[in-house]
Amino acid sequence: MTVSSWLWSIQGAATLGLIWGIMALGVYLTYRVLHYSDLTVDGSLTLGGAISAVCVASGMQPILAILVATVGGMLAGTITGVLHTKFKIPDLLAGILTQFGLYSINLRIMGKANFGLLNQITLFSQIKDMGVPSKWAGFIVGLLFIIILVVMIYCFFGIEIGCALRATGNNPDMVKAMGGNTKAYIVLGLVIGNGLVAMSGAFLAQYQGYADINMGVGTIVIGLASIMIGEVLFSKRTYFHRLFGVVIGSVVYRIIIAVVLRISMNSNWIIKITSDDMKLITAFIIILALCAPNIKEYFQAKFSKEDQ
Amino acid sequence: MLELTHVYKSFNIKTPVQKDVLKDLSLTLHEGDFVTVIGGNGAGKSTMLNAVAGVFPVEKGSIHIAGEDVTKMPEYKRAKYIGRVFQDPLKGTAGDMWIEENLAMALRRGEKRGCKWGISNKERELFKELLKTLDLGLEDRLDSKVGLLSGGQRQALTLLMATIKKPELLLLDEHTAALDPHTAAKVLEITNRVVTENHLTTLMVTHNMKDAIKYGNRLIMMHNGKIIYDVSGEEKMNLQVSDLLMKFEQVSGGEFANDRMLLSK
Repeated sequence: MTVSSWLWSIQGAATLGLIWGIMALGVYLTYRVLHYSDLTVDGSLTLGGAISAVCVASGMQPILAILVATVGGMLAGTITGVLHTKFKIPDLLAGILTQFGLYSINLRIMGKANFGLLNQITLFSQIKDMGVPSKWAGFIVGLLFIIILVVMIYCFFGIEIGCALRATGNNPDMVKAMGGNTKAYIVLGLVIGNGLVAMSGAFLAQYQGYADINMGVGTIVIGLASIMIGEVLFSKRTYFHRLFGVVIGSVVYRIIIAVVLRISMNSNWIIKITSDDMKLITAFIIILALCAPNIKEYFQAKFSKEDQ
Repeated sequence: MLELTHVYKSFNIKTPVQKDVLKDLSLTLHEGDFVTVIGGNGAGKSTMLNAVAGVFPVEKGSIHIAGEDVTKMPEYKRAKYIGRVFQDPLKGTAGDMWIEENLAMALRRGEKRGCKWGISNKERELFKELLKTLDLGLEDRLDSKVGLLSGGQRQALTLLMATIKKPELLLLDEHTAALDPHTAAKVLEITNRVVTENHLTTLMVTHNMKDAIKYGNRLIMMHNGKIIYDVSGEEKMNLQVSDLLMKFEQVSGGEFANDRMLLSK
């Protein structure tokens, strides 16, 4: 176990973190900005992966495949949004129903549970062919797209529609009183959010070389973990801080997992931690992030009492 | 300017707890009318304002604003005619957003929102000027979160937001009820100034009979979903609180003079 092998595994984790960070940005938009607990994302991430894989396998330009996948995710978001706003289905249930239905659709798209992309031309193989070292291709692509997306979302928050969307998440009564159609803004938020999630799935499928029917399981939880880690580590001063915080959160989350796995792998513990245990560890991370303010408050109250 | 014709509104229809709140309510407001609305709890004051604003549809009757039939128009579309301030100071503003962002939203009330920047520098200057007139020191805090303001500051800001783009109709639903007496008086003063300076057609619900008499050119009293008393002009100016109490006792047998009304005398 050398230092360089450690660094490479952290760099690999960071790459994954950047790609999953696109998803986390989407979850941030629905969960934090719109205050909508959208469970569609588990389905739309797989949807993005499935569309991207199938399109690439049929010979489509990889970058175009990612765009098509993004549109697919937007459609999924539209369905959840219409179920919620038009048919008044509660937000959680609307998302769960779409996600549930997407499972069958994703299987239909792929035709099987696991769709491999062996020897296919992907965005990452194209970058490698341009002379970029293979270990850096994913990292560079991920970083480039994250920067583009963060700037785009930041600008979106600044324009009239984006302001109204943020206000809708904050105080729908005020938006209605100011002539804003809150239902339309909720749908718009879900469309963009799920578009980002599907885009993340599309990159992921091309990066890892396959799409799997279960690749989206737990997406919402990983998204929340990224958001919360980001908020603990980063200030919330401007939306630039917040959006990059989410991405950093996603990267840190992947690094934590990679480090835990490596330590366990090289140890002589009785129970070795494997990737199967990651869901439990993720749950712990989120619980810790959620409890942190309460624990802090508890100790502050305790100490201030003792002072008196 | 505002015309309510034979409006009916009930809640929990066809259940054992059905409540008929507005019963055959008709009311006409002329341009520039500043009308104060009083009445006991459950008289239908807030329901009337919400019906005008389009928070819910009415069962029967019609509502016209500035000559246009808005009876079936959804709330967000009606907003282009109406400025509103709510009783709850939290309701009229987005607390997590900046003062200037809130004002920019208000400046675009009823307009199509597009891909232009949400705020321009020219607008910031306008906001500063307008905030200065409130005399609350908010003009230097354009990028403060509204959530950091006090209830009174928030209501004053909401009032500014409701009127920054001149509305055909201003609806004030007990907008000072949640404030302490001193702040309430100040917000009312600002209200009076804004309304009279801009000649805004206004409906102001209040629980305070003194305020109802002091402000506006017309006063209506509601009871059981109907308007039972409607005075304006000279007659209103000479009105006393005792007249209102007596008037009410005639129609209701004294229940109007509940604790809250007496306390606010």
